[in-house]
Parts: sequence; C-alpha cells; structure tokens
Amino acid sequence: MLKGSLGLIALSSLLLSGTAFAQEKIKVGVTATLEGTYTVLGEDGMRGFQTALNVLGKKIGDKELEFVVASTDATPDSAVRAVRKLIEQDKVQILLSPLSGDEGIAVKNFAKTHPELTFVNAASGAQETTYVDPAPNFFRYNMDGAQWQVGLGKYAYETKGYRKIATVGEDYSFIYTQVFGLVLEFCGAGGQVTNRQWVPLGTKDFASVIAALPDDVDAIYLGLGGADAVNFLNQYQQAGGKAHLMGGSIMIDQTILSSKGSAKNALIGTIAASGQADTWEDPGWQKFVKAYQDSFPESKRFPSPSLLATNYYGSTMALILALRQVNGDLSNNQAKLKDALAKIEIDAPNGKIKLDANRQAIGTNFVTEVVDDGKGALFSKVVKVIPNVNQTLGYDPAVFAKIGLPSRTVPECKKY
Amino acid sequence: MARFIERHPAWALIVIIAVAVLAWLVFAIWPPGLEAAIGRKRVFLNAVLNGITLGGLYFLVASGFTLIFGLMRNVNLAHGSLYLFGGYIGYAVSTWTGSWILSFIVAFIAVALVGVILQLAVFRRMEGQDLRQTMVTIGLSIVFADLMLWVFGGDFYQVQTPSWLIGPVQLPLLTAIKSSGEPVYLQYPLVRLVIFAASVVIGIAMWLALNRTRIGMIVRAGVDDRDILAATGVRIQLVFVLVFALGAGLAGIAGVVGGTFQSLSPGEDTRFLLASLVVVIVGGMGSIPGAALGAVIIGLAEQLGSVYIPTYAIVVTFLIMVLVLALRPQGLLARR
Repeated sequence: MLKGSLGLIALSSLLLSGTAFAQEKIKVGVTATLEGTYTVLGEDGMRGFQTALNVLGKKIGDKELEFVVASTDATPDSAVRAVRKLIEQDKVQILLSPLSGDEGIAVKNFAKTHPELTFVNAASGAQETTYVDPAPNFFRYNMDGAQWQVGLGKYAYETKGYRKIATVGEDYSFIYTQVFGLVLEFCGAGGQVTNRQWVPLGTKDFASVIAALPDDVDAIYLGLGGADAVNFLNQYQQAGGKAHLMGGSIMIDQTILSSKGSAKNALIGTIAASGQADTWEDPGWQKFVKAYQDSFPESKRFPSPSLLATNYYGSTMALILALRQVNGDLSNNQAKLKDALAKIEIDAPNGKIKLDANRQAIGTNFVTEVVDDGKGALFSKVVKVIPNVNQTLGYDPAVFAKIGLPSRTVPECKKY
Repeated sequence: MARFIERHPAWALIVIIAVAVLAWLVFAIWPPGLEAAIGRKRVFLNAVLNGITLGGLYFLVASGFTLIFGLMRNVNLAHGSLYLFGGYIGYAVSTWTGSWILSFIVAFIAVALVGVILQLAVFRRMEGQDLRQTMVTIGLSIVFADLMLWVFGGDFYQVQTPSWLIGPVQLPLLTAIKSSGEPVYLQYPLVRLVIFAASVVIGIAMWLALNRTRIGMIVRAGVDDRDILAATGVRIQLVFVLVFALGAGLAGIAGVVGGTFQSLSPGEDTRFLLASLVVVIVGGMGSIPGAALGAVIIGLAEQLGSVYIPTYAIVVTFLIMVLVLALRPQGLLARR
C-alpha cells in the first residue's frame, strides 16, 4: 500500500514537472568525450557548442532551451549509457550527441528505441551511422569521415607525386571511414596503398608501431586523434622519424596542432583533408573564428576552432534554427521539428549544409597543408575547396554499394 | 646455476637453445627466407628492445610493490595511484622548473611521504589483517583516483623530454646490408635506453642494499621472521616505514618515467597496478630478481605481441600468468 501510494506520488510529480517544463523549457541533452583519449576533442566541441549559444541565443519564441551535459569516453557503451541517463533521469526531449564514430553507430541504433525523440548528431563521422539502416529520427549535419577525405588522394597523387603510401590508424569505425575515402580516391588515381596498420584506441606505446612503418613508401598517412596522435608524434620524434606525412581530419586539427611540446613540428608541410581549413578567407568562417575567440579567454581555447568545435557549432545551429521555424512546437512526437530538421539548409561556418534522404549532410570539403605562422603556431592552410560532397562521394549509388562498408581491409586498392 | 643444470637437465637445455636462437636472431643478418616469413629484422629488434625498456618501467613499479609485500605481507592495491601521483608531481615540477632530473627527485620525495603517511595512518592500525588492508587499499585507490581527476582533469599530460635526450642513436646492431654492401645499423630512441639503464642501476643498487648492507640484512631478516626480529630489539616499525617509503618513492619515479615516454591520464593507475600484479605473480611475490625477470617477460610479451599478433596481444600477457600459476604457482624466482 505504502509502496503503491509512493509510486503514485512519484508518477504524478513526474507528470506535473513534465507539463511544467513543456510550457517554458525545452530540455536538450548534450554528450561530449570529456574523458579518455579524446578529452581534448570533447572539450573543444563544447566550446563550439557554447559559441553557438552565444551567437544565436537560447530563446525559442517564448520558450527557453535548457541543456544537460553528459560525458563519454569514445566507447559505444559509454555513449549509450550517457544518452540513456539523459533521457531517463534528466527527461531531455532532444539530444545533441555524440562526438565519436563508434558512439554514433550505437546512438543511432539506440535512437530507434525512442522514435518519439529527436537526435541531432554532434560530430561523429562513421559512414555506417547514416548509410546503413538509418534511424528516421537521427539527423547529421556534418559529413562523414570518407567525405572529409575527398580531394586528398588526388592531391597527393597528382600534385605531390606520391605513388605508394602506407596508413596507420586507430582501430574503429571513424578511421575506417577516413581510410576508406582516402584509399578510394588515391587508388582510383593510380596510387598504391601497401600497408594498413591498425592500433587500438588509447595506445600508449607506439614504439613498435613506429618501427614497423615501411620505409619504401612515399608518404605515411596518419589516422589518429587526441592523445594517441600526441603520443605517436612524441615517440616518432624520439625515434627520429623523417617520412613525408599525410593526415586525417582529426590528426591535422587544432587539437593536435596546438598541443604542447615540439613533437607537432613534424607535421609542418603535411597535407590533409577535412571539413574545414583554419585559414579559409570566407567571411562566414572568419566571423565564426572571431566569435569563438571572443567567447573564451586565450588560455582556455585554441588559437582557431578545431573541427569538433565547428561540428558542434553547426549541429547546434541547425537545431536552434529548426526549433525556431516550428516555434518550439514538440507536439505529436516532435513531428514538425523532425520535418523542419530534414528540410533545413544552414549557412554553417564551413560552407552550406543540406541533408540527403538518409538525413546525412552534403557539404563542402577542404584539402589543406600545415603551415607555421612564423610565431610557432601551426595552422591548416587551404589548398583546395570542394563544394557539394555527398555521402557516396560522387559515385553512382549502385557502384558505391558494391564497394562494401569501411573496415580494416575495405576498400581494396583498385579503381571502382 | 650449476645446480639448476644438474637438477633439471631438460629445462636447462631448452633455456640454452632459446638463448642461442635469440642471440642469433639479434646479431646475425637474417636470410631472405626468414624476412619473408616473419618480417624485417629492424621491426623484430625494435620490438625486443621496446619490450626490454618497457620491462624496465614495469620493474620500477613492481619492485616497490614486491618489496612492500615481501616485508609486510601487505598487498597495497593503491600502488597504481602512487605511480600516477608521482607522474603528475613530476609533470608539475618539470613544467615549473624546466628540469627533468629535479622532477624525479621531487616525485620520489613527495610520493615517499605519501607512503609514510599511508603506513603510519592506515597499515599500522591493521597489521596482520590482510583482508582489511586489501579492502582499505582498494578504497583508497578509488579516492585517490577521484582526487587526481578533480585536480588534474581528464586531460593527457606528457613530461617534456629534455632536448639532449630527443632523437635516436645508432646501435652497433646490424639490421640489414644494403645492395651496395653498406651496412645498416639500428636506430633507437635515446631516451628509452637512458631510462632502461637507470632502472638497471636502481635494480642493482636495491639488490646491493638488500644483500650487502646492515639495513638490508634487517629487512631480509624481517621478511623471514619479523616477530623474532622484533624480539631481538630491532625497531621493526621504523623499518616498515622506511621500506614503505622506498617502495612508494620508486612508484613515484616510475610515474615520471611513464609520463616521459608514454603519457599520464586517469586510468593509468589501474593499468600499472594490474601490470605490477601480473609481473610479481609471474616473477614471485616478494622477490626483487623475480620482479626484474617478470617485468622483462611481460614487457617482451606485450611488445612482440603488438607487432606479430596485434589482435591477441593483451591475451598473451595473461596467458603467461595462467601458465605460471598452473606450473609454478609460487612464481618463477620465488624464495623457497
């Protein structure tokens, strides 16, 4: 009896608070990798998110956005745990999550168990997330890892004259997707990828990995991020490595280019491709960089926003603009919001973004080269801007489907 | 040595053959057939050296652990926290003063002090109660981990290697002969060699201190029978505090070493606690030479595993532990 009445009280207070919130607050749950290997990435992602709030404000008509932040560590189960906690304990109505590739796949699958809620991807970039069995309530306003490599393979082959390369990457979906994009284009242009090494996320001791790098190749592609990238560069410097390098999107990024110590200097001249370039002259980008710099004191941010900050900014922007279009109307299982999200086209700092039928971004990609600004700070300089990059990378969807899903060995090094 | 050969002729033969094969692998120029089968010699040599140098780091952590256990029969499961704490202290000192050497000294002293406090405030109060001590140290390790997360955050720290240690040196080990007849020698990071040399020096110094000095004699007597030792008038509690301070200080030094050639972050404490547990289980609880042997075996298994069977590298370490526990449960070099 006591139990029963207690339950009733709990239930009714829950209902009450639910209606109370719906009148004035819209609760949004945000996750970022604030622990583990990708801590630095998560922190800068949150800076991008904060910048978006500073620029756009929290008001949706007469309602206000309220945010609950949860931390993850780049593993899929930590992401699902965080999202579940946000939904079940904090009662959020919308999610801005997650940051990392494997997390993205897990959260997308989890999104299907809550079809009434809306999930806006924050920054994760595994191909599978939106390409295979996409969730109807999961929206991604950043490109995937393969889209972010568009242009790099051709540039390496044609302009740099690299013919044979080897890759080292972290052993999980986002880096598979990045290597997928690189290999397709580089091998399509006629190049060879002789060796693909995979290391576990969170590897500390790279000495044996560095020793096993082949020396009969023109360049080595690094698909590492966060602490792994810093550890690698540090030990690469200690081992006296001198090869030409190519970088993935989170390798050649302010999260690494601004790291302490001199190891990062090995990256000067490295070519890379990503969804942004630090020195792009586009006024929209410059405005965003300014807003980011103004939002935080100099010691608490990078000289220029990282890819994660840009992605969090773009995702938050899309969500706020769509919410304003529907005036914060979340009735009928958020149908109006979902409709608006699917149709919205945003002027993100890194170019125009719209979604395809799988609710995956079509956007602009950048080939870059790392330069020293003369004062010891490293930036990625624009070499080439490629607009309208879609998820099938310009391939016919039927041909693209035959290539297979990104993995340790897919795609084969050949022309498709 | 001679006694071992007399007692176990078959084992001795196997060991000799293994050593000979290893020596040949290290010094000979590999024939092309072998290179085709297991990869280049440079990779193999690097993995072996990495394994040995990583073993040096494991030895530093595990020797303190095994010393404390040997004397006080006290499994200090907060040993990993001492390691991480030493690393953070080392990082703070080296960024503040710019001196790498000084960071070792400060880390040793600071962590040794923590060890003294632990011994006086915690372990002395529950002497001889193994289970209680174990539970308390688990609890302490969780508290320490959270405190350090609070102060240092989830970020990654790397102790800056001094500039004179950056870069590789050439070792007199041939890896290949170029087609022009020019020999190719192995390039190896200097900092790892220096750290390995330092851990060897520390190991030998500890062995000498234990076997050639009066204090060492007291400690050894304490390991054998501390009640009788106390009855002879030795101030056993003081010896306990000293040994605990030394063991903790070594973990602190290891933290700076680990922060120099790897990096420091939350979670490293349990990783190194686990590593030192495996090392002392393989080597034999309470034995310094056992810790050295176990550390090298585990280091080699990890590095060779990560090169030749990357997917199963972690399993290899535990497989070794299981084998040792099954065949020689007291550990390879345990005292009888």
